[in-house]
Amino acid sequence: MSFPFVKSIFTLTAAASLSLQPLMAADKVKVGFVSTLSGPSAALGVDIRDAFMLAVKLNGGKLGGLPADVSISDDQFKPDVGKQLFERYVKRDKVDFLTGVVFSNIMLAGLPEAVDGKTIYLSPNAAPSPIAGAQCTPYFFAVSWPNDAYHEAAGQYATNLKVKSAYLLAPNYQAGKDSLSGFKRFYKGDVSGEVYTKLGQLDYSAELAEIRAAKPEVVYTFLPGGMGINFIKQFMAAGLNKSIRLIQPGFGADQDVIRAVGNDMLGIFDTAHWGIDLPNEANKKFVAEFEKEYKRLPTVYASQGYDTALLIDAAVKAANGKIEDKDLMIKTLKTVKFNSVRGDFRFNTNHYPIQNYYLREIQKDATGRLVNRVIGQPIMTNHGDAYVKDCPMK
Amino acid sequence: MSSILILEQALNGLQFGLMLFLLASGLTLVFGIMDMINLAHGALYMVGAFLAAWLVQLTQSFVLGVILAVLLTAVVGMVLEATLLRTLYARDHLSQVLATFALILIINESVRMIWGSDLPLSAPQALSGPVELLPGLLYPSYRLVIIGIGLAIALLLFLLVTQTRVGAWVRAGASNREMAMAMGINIRALFTGVFGIGAALCAVAGAMLGPLLAVQVGMGENILILAFVVIVIGGIGSVWGAFVGAILVGFVDTLGRTLLPHLFRELFSPQFASAAGPAVASISVYLLMALVLFIRPQGLFSGRS
Amino acid sequence: MKRETPSWLWALLLILSIALPLALNAFGQDFYISMLSRMMIYGIAACSLNLILGFGGLVSFGHAAFVGIGAYSVGIMITEGVTNGWVNFAVAMAVSALVAAVIGAISLRTRGVYFIMITLAFAQMIYYLVNSIKAYGGDEGLNIKFRSDFGLGLNLKNDLTFYFVVLLALVSTLVLISRIMKSRFGRVILAIRDDDTRVEAIGFPAYTYKWVLFIIAGTLGGLAGALMVNHQNYVSPNLMHWTQSGILMVMVILGGVGTLSGGLWGALVLLILEDLIAEHTVYWQFYIGWFLLAVVLLAPKGLSSFFNRQPKVEVKGHA
Repeated sequence: MSFPFVKSIFTLTAAASLSLQPLMAADKVKVGFVSTLSGPSAALGVDIRDAFMLAVKLNGGKLGGLPADVSISDDQFKPDVGKQLFERYVKRDKVDFLTGVVFSNIMLAGLPEAVDGKTIYLSPNAAPSPIAGAQCTPYFFAVSWPNDAYHEAAGQYATNLKVKSAYLLAPNYQAGKDSLSGFKRFYKGDVSGEVYTKLGQLDYSAELAEIRAAKPEVVYTFLPGGMGINFIKQFMAAGLNKSIRLIQPGFGADQDVIRAVGNDMLGIFDTAHWGIDLPNEANKKFVAEFEKEYKRLPTVYASQGYDTALLIDAAVKAANGKIEDKDLMIKTLKTVKFNSVRGDFRFNTNHYPIQNYYLREIQKDATGRLVNRVIGQPIMTNHGDAYVKDCPMK
Repeated sequence: MSSILILEQALNGLQFGLMLFLLASGLTLVFGIMDMINLAHGALYMVGAFLAAWLVQLTQSFVLGVILAVLLTAVVGMVLEATLLRTLYARDHLSQVLATFALILIINESVRMIWGSDLPLSAPQALSGPVELLPGLLYPSYRLVIIGIGLAIALLLFLLVTQTRVGAWVRAGASNREMAMAMGINIRALFTGVFGIGAALCAVAGAMLGPLLAVQVGMGENILILAFVVIVIGGIGSVWGAFVGAILVGFVDTLGRTLLPHLFRELFSPQFASAAGPAVASISVYLLMALVLFIRPQGLFSGRS
Repeated sequence: MKRETPSWLWALLLILSIALPLALNAFGQDFYISMLSRMMIYGIAACSLNLILGFGGLVSFGHAAFVGIGAYSVGIMITEGVTNGWVNFAVAMAVSALVAAVIGAISLRTRGVYFIMITLAFAQMIYYLVNSIKAYGGDEGLNIKFRSDFGLGLNLKNDLTFYFVVLLALVSTLVLISRIMKSRFGRVILAIRDDDTRVEAIGFPAYTYKWVLFIIAGTLGGLAGALMVNHQNYVSPNLMHWTQSGILMVMVILGGVGTLSGGLWGALVLLILEDLIAEHTVYWQFYIGWFLLAVVLLAPKGLSSFFNRQPKVEVKGHA
């Protein structure tokens, strides 16, 4: 059999043809976009991607004045796939920026590839506590919010309501653990149960039975994507919403969940750093354009994807297109001002944001659609994160 | 630990076990009569779920959509059998494993190409609330319906297998294929029919579970393994074995995941309990299988003679 | 064994496998060197499976577990600060051997489909057990910061250096398997595969022979795992999912069941095909599925002649 010959001829030709490509030129911005685009939680990755590409499109297909070359891949919700994709983008395609990942476990698997290859990763979502603290790196920028933040705000809200007993539930991975410790950091009542479920688990009948037996005042869950949709549906089906108040972190009650669950969501409270009705110009434009282009309302994920593109655009422009100079790019990204859809935005020393967090409630808008409305004053203003002191970066 | 909790979990276990039975019964018959390992059985379960989700959307009726999906999946199953799987009966187990493994890949991606990675499927509005079975025990009505349907189908299947002539042929074929052929039974038609029924049962399970778990590509892989465990425990070729095995597995898995952590917390330190509890719970089903194989290697109720 | 690959071909292959990465390195294409390393590691795993599957006639559906055990052993050691390569690999292989001994002892008491099921069950047990060890990542997997350190001035983080380490392991594995199968032990194994009752009647304890073979295969699987975790700097329970065992079996059948290097060629063909097709379409598994189906159906006589133990009922005239 001629396998070995076929194999060697193939690889030699491939290698030869690649070496004849022109050396990397700084006449365009190459972005590697890795996200969860399939499976029950695909809606999140799709939202980030759609918003990111919308921003690029509204910018004439450019980022920072240079043509943008965005390559999109699906991590299939698998850390090893994500890691391989990162490796390919960093080592083979030599991209200028990496972005896109929704889930912290996938991002944590791939990040070492980016750092080793000196490629900047801008996170439009995952922002786990280890990278905010002791394991911080200059190559990582969180354009979303520290993983704990929504939960801290929710905990504060529960404290404001003087809740006595809360039952907590999250999936058993870094972001899950961060979420519940974040909630407990600001919640002063009793915790009647703290359960970690399997990541990707969709049937919560066992956990709901336990909740019923524990009889808490409030149930707080961190269940992104398909997990949350299933949990809420099953929570309602089990009749638990009659006696227990469900509080959610922002994305747990966002447009994708609303679309899937329906009117049962009315009246749920949640906390987030952004809302559809935040009154700044950038946001108004974003929401209108997103709805026009994609015929649906954006989620927080979309707002984060959009902001990531805006940030890259502003930074590349401020650096005069010198994207090969990594140190310059890092410095610029850290300090550049851009019109974020969330209003005020700045980075902390650990490259995590300092911003406001709001209370939202699901209500019907003027046309009868279910939307998340920002209500009242921000629960937390100019709030950073609890881990920045462990990070040696200044 | 309240009795309400145990009761609710027991019902959950029963519900899960009955759905497993639907899958396992088809699998055990195919294995018992045609001596074929069919890894693509889980893929048929997925196809049934996707068809149900699509047809329910199309017809705006849960019942109609599910019935059509079941019929369509039975047709798909029979076509598959008549064209491809038939050629595998004479082959060794390894070839069957690999060919049906390839089939999983093909079917998974075909579904993805047609419908995307997942489709929404909701239980009918009327069943989206709970029923008060006992004071303090509100159980989702949809799950009760699943239990009802599962039991009804189990009964029908038993009647079919034990009381009808077709059932007699099936039992003869499972017990000793050569003898059955020698007695003049139309084996070819029987095989196709059995496969069709197996596919239909998968579709019922897929459509029923769709609203609870998600209808997504790859949903068959995980439940397939459990179905194999069930038929090994129950005995290959025996529908009654599949029933007992499935209920057993359903209970052990569900109650294991609830009771073991509690039990461990009573007996051991919280550190050890929170690590060991879930671990032992998830392997409890496999331990059960290993135990059965050790005591009675041919399974609890072997269909084979 | 049937067709022996002539030794000049082996020599040529060896020269190519040394020259190719050097050439790639000169062109700055280290990414492809890394890709080749990955393929060879899978090759080692598949060859180790071929040992029990092809030569032993034992359809083990849980082989990925040994790869995972090897990988986790090294992963845990490195996380705990033990980075000595010699220790890492020795322990990984020893643990795999031990687990193989236990699983083999129990499973080999069964035969046919029960053997398939019980090996599968053990693999699932290990998968779930590892999944629940949160200290080492559980579901999320384990990132390791360093690669094994063998001293001798070797830096395994360098793609080229690592490639040669893998090549050494691969060549050693092939030489070992070749030696085993040519020895008296190997001939007994082949006889057992064809008819073990007869072999027992002559006086050889078939069970023991199969058990030893199983342990050797498991150990080599552990070696592949140890290399894999070094290559990826990451290991997750997914490595041990039953579908991974299925993929290893696919590699074996593609390359040739019961041939010395079948596992290697199967791994290369499958992984290269996968990468090529994946560049052009997200539905690459669809095409791989058809390809695999074609291979199985139009299979070389190799398959059926190796597993002819129970005469099948030929449904003549009805099929």
